[in-house]
Amino acid sequence: MQLVLEKRAERSNTIALVSPLIAIGLTIVTMVILFAILGKNPLLALHAYFIAPLTDSYSLQEIAVKATPLVMIAIGLSLCYLANAWNIGAEGQFLVGAVAGSWIAVKTQGTDAGAWVLPAMFVLAAAAGALYALIPAICKVKFGASEILTSLMLVYVADLLLDYLVRGPWRDPNGFNFPTTAEFDSVATVPLLIEGGRLHLGSIIALLVVAAAAILLGRTIKGFEIRVVGAAPRAARFGGFNANQLIILTFAVSGALAGLAGIIEVAGPVGHLQPGISPGYGFTAIIVAFLGRLNPLGILIAGLFLALTFIGGEQAQIAMKIPLDVTKVFQGMLLFYVLACDSLILYRFKLSFPNRQVARGTH
Amino acid sequence: MELIEAIILAVLAASTPLLIAATGELVTERSGVLNLGVEGMMIVGAACGFAGAWLTGSVFVGALFGIVAGTMMSLIFALMALGLAVNQVATGLALTILGVGLSGLIGAGFVGERITPAVHLHIPGLTDIPLIGRVLFGEDGFVYVSIALVIGVWWFLYRTRAGLILRACGDNHVSAHALGYPVLRIRTFAVMFGGACAGLAGAYLPLAYTPFFIPGMTAGRGWIALALVVFSSWRPGRLVIGAYLFGAVTILQLHAQGWGIGIPSQFMSALPYLATVIVLVLLSRARSGGSTAPAALGTVFVPDR
Repeated sequence: MQLVLEKRAERSNTIALVSPLIAIGLTIVTMVILFAILGKNPLLALHAYFIAPLTDSYSLQEIAVKATPLVMIAIGLSLCYLANAWNIGAEGQFLVGAVAGSWIAVKTQGTDAGAWVLPAMFVLAAAAGALYALIPAICKVKFGASEILTSLMLVYVADLLLDYLVRGPWRDPNGFNFPTTAEFDSVATVPLLIEGGRLHLGSIIALLVVAAAAILLGRTIKGFEIRVVGAAPRAARFGGFNANQLIILTFAVSGALAGLAGIIEVAGPVGHLQPGISPGYGFTAIIVAFLGRLNPLGILIAGLFLALTFIGGEQAQIAMKIPLDVTKVFQGMLLFYVLACDSLILYRFKLSFPNRQVARGTH
Repeated sequence: MELIEAIILAVLAASTPLLIAATGELVTERSGVLNLGVEGMMIVGAACGFAGAWLTGSVFVGALFGIVAGTMMSLIFALMALGLAVNQVATGLALTILGVGLSGLIGAGFVGERITPAVHLHIPGLTDIPLIGRVLFGEDGFVYVSIALVIGVWWFLYRTRAGLILRACGDNHVSAHALGYPVLRIRTFAVMFGGACAGLAGAYLPLAYTPFFIPGMTAGRGWIALALVVFSSWRPGRLVIGAYLFGAVTILQLHAQGWGIGIPSQFMSALPYLATVIVLVLLSRARSGGSTAPAALGTVFVPDR
């Protein structure tokens, strides 16, 4: 018996919409099995992961806070992936943005610098993220070096750069030798939306980014170009679209968004620069992009869902002593199921029985 | 003399996991499959390898655990990328994300534990020869396995019919299929071999390189192994040179800290990663005349029967 794939005559639109839901369903079934193996009550665990975080306003705000960087990074990545450019170094671009933006915050610390500080931090972070993303893009376009490997190597470099700065020149002299900068001044901090809460202006920016991406992809020639270059490179060449130029463009935009997300995270929820500012946002955003079907609105929903798993994972750890790594297993598995279910859009699965083929001499 | 010997030994130790993982990936890519999940398979191999050695007290069993774990991971990849014809780049990324999580989960109970690391060969007389004695006759078993592995792979690819067929699948899967070769089955075996090697390479880290397990201990070595395959232009001979060069860069970084050079340690630690980027650029540039990659690398194949 063997599995045979048969190409569908046309893409199945129903399955295209349903497939992320099937993927989530399959992931939950697998999680139940995993919880049982770990000796935890699966129902209580699922409740901790998916229901408990939705029941109080503090957790709901936390979900929005966590979803903010995920959505911003994933929107940028989706542009890259649509154009068939594989930026997987968003984590590094996020960190470099955080570092560049923090530079202004550190330099203006304790001075009477005014309201220009935060916008300047945003601009510098976005520019730094974009420049950092341009390194692999240019290496790809000019020399043909695999953007997958170069963008990933630069993640480790960015991580070490941040580590050096907060342990060396930028370390808070009053920080009891902890590797961190001093708390940012209030002019260098992202304002909160709700008094006493955690929800901050970054979430609004993320929503604006989603809207801008939806307009770009749905209503502009550039968006059309990106999609054609990714889906039908040959047709794109005949149409006179420049694939290399789009690699540069999409990498720059995606780097800028990751960098912006980085400074928003540091100047918002974290409040200072330190190692470990990202629990792998740049990598989780890859899952968000695919779960959201590389579609801006889909990414917004997927980002909220993945944020839910982060918060749920923390709750499950506190309430049931379920290791935090289960969240990562969960996210990796989700990506597998999403990709597998996507295969259903293009192919029909059939089981065939090779005994019948023996007569024809195959295998 | 002592110092040179120590440096060579350290370089060999740092290169071995890269060489093993990259050799496996080279076979996988030669069959036309791009498995970007090396880091994920390695890190699960590291956790399972340590678990195996800790539970049984045997480094050999630990290595077997690592191999089995890597192979299982690669089977998930094969099911997705070959069975369901899913994009190989995305599947490989998923494998790495899953692997990092699984490794943390499996290894959580073993952080802080110690094992007796792999013993080094000692042949009285031979091992005591100054300078070359310990380098040639005083390594741990993994180092010899890695050399045997890369020679074996060279012999298989260029001197056997099966190797020729495997390369044919990587260069033109449609023709190989038309000639009656089971392309997907051959690729599955190649992916499994890559997974076994990645698992062994991962297991090397807690079993021989350091006697303990820490989460994330592969630290991007799987990705460097992938870059090495590109560096080698998919040839086993050049892979050996590449792996030892990168091992040397890693060791240079460690020793430079000991020598008290006034460069912050983080900059030296970034060296292997920066070296990878520079090497990739230089090689891709030198090769602008035409790619030496297997022609069907990374492309989906669905037999039309």
